[in-house]
Amino acid sequence: MRSNRTFIFITILIGLILQIIPMPTQFDLYRPDWLLLILCYWAMALPNRVNVGVAALTGVILDLLYGTALGVHSFALAIPIFLVVANYQRMRNQSILQLAITIGVLSMIYHLLIYWLQFWLTSIDFRWVFLWPSFTSILLWPWLFWLLRKFRRKLGVS
Amino acid sequence: MNEVFPRGPSLLTRLAVVLSFSVIAMFVDTKVESVSTFRAYLTSIVSPLQYIADMPGAAISWSVSRFSSRQNLLEDNEALTSQITLMNEQLQRFVVLQQENKNLRTLLDAPVQQEMHKMIAQLMAVDNNPYSHQIVINKGAIDGVYPGQSVLDESGIIGQVSEVGTTNSRVLLISDVTHAIPARISRNNVTLIVNGIGDVNELSLEHVPHSTDMKEGDLLISSGLGNVFIQGYPIGVISSILRDESQPFAQVKITPSAKLDRIKYLLLLWPKDIAPEDAVSAEELRAAAELKDAQ
Repeated sequence: MRSNRTFIFITILIGLILQIIPMPTQFDLYRPDWLLLILCYWAMALPNRVNVGVAALTGVILDLLYGTALGVHSFALAIPIFLVVANYQRMRNQSILQLAITIGVLSMIYHLLIYWLQFWLTSIDFRWVFLWPSFTSILLWPWLFWLLRKFRRKLGVS
Repeated sequence: MNEVFPRGPSLLTRLAVVLSFSVIAMFVDTKVESVSTFRAYLTSIVSPLQYIADMPGAAISWSVSRFSSRQNLLEDNEALTSQITLMNEQLQRFVVLQQENKNLRTLLDAPVQQEMHKMIAQLMAVDNNPYSHQIVINKGAIDGVYPGQSVLDESGIIGQVSEVGTTNSRVLLISDVTHAIPARISRNNVTLIVNGIGDVNELSLEHVPHSTDMKEGDLLISSGLGNVFIQGYPIGVISSILRDESQPFAQVKITPSAKLDRIKYLLLLWPKDIAPEDAVSAEELRAAAELKDAQ
């Protein structure tokens, strides 16, 4: 079972790297929430493996990489993952389109939480730009879902 | 896999534990000063991820440098040579002026200005969160970088070192909303404070009375008050002044001198007494140049 868990670990690591990889400034605003999508997939597929704890831990690493106050991203990731784990059976039965919209809503919750916490720590103004990643996440989700499921079945991750 | 009877604490308990830990961490991280060394330690642990994320960009710039044409290189060389010649001319006058200034200061019994030691650092192309303006550079504690150190580019102040890791460190830009830098107008020495507003192309002055003597085009330089920034380096130029009498203060916008969105190489400054051995002073540079000429 060791190698199978390693695969989850590797995908999360790739998610972290994709989250900080440099992009041209004009595309940077649309960067999809790689880490949130990957965590959502695993929380839905294997809720006994990836849960709120894993989400919070990766959130802390993201905080260190981003230089935000420790706990901001762990807080913001834990709540959407909680919602996924609480409703994973319902989500598994949704069509791919419904699921993409659900993920979009979760991503918006994630961004609003980050905004809210940042506002609490250092006052910043809200701009709609902060929610654009949610739309790219919706577009990305079907492909990522298909890819991760294919690998999960092939490698027998459970 | 056992989905019907999950093991361990219930989901809500887990969430409550995680969220309370997050809130405590946020509070401690922002309000307690002494944890910053612990944070620097954690940052050094995750820095391999930053190096991996930096690799594609580094590979592209490497291949660009490998395949740049001979024609381009020759053009670059020509441009740089003419630039050096022009700068050297300025430098010749500068040396005389510096000597004169030193003499005058000794005559007046005023303290002679210290020379700064410098080191060139490079931007690690690591993206940061959109809510604050920070960059990561490739010099850290082993190079002698210290928190609060001034960072410049070739045309002005960029910011200050906010967090030091072992081999890299984080720089807070002057355009960040939480950043403010004491400045003075070079024309008449009026002291002011320049605030970041979260825009790389614009800074602002707050709480400036309408009657303050300032004009569009005035150069602002660091005043050195506050003992964080080293004095005498350019910050920006006043781009617009709105003196609306119905407002309590004048609204002043500043264009930063440094190109905050086009950073590649940066300069770290040390005062003479705490400079590490690798950092060079202007005298050493001059001596090296003379040695090269002699050969």
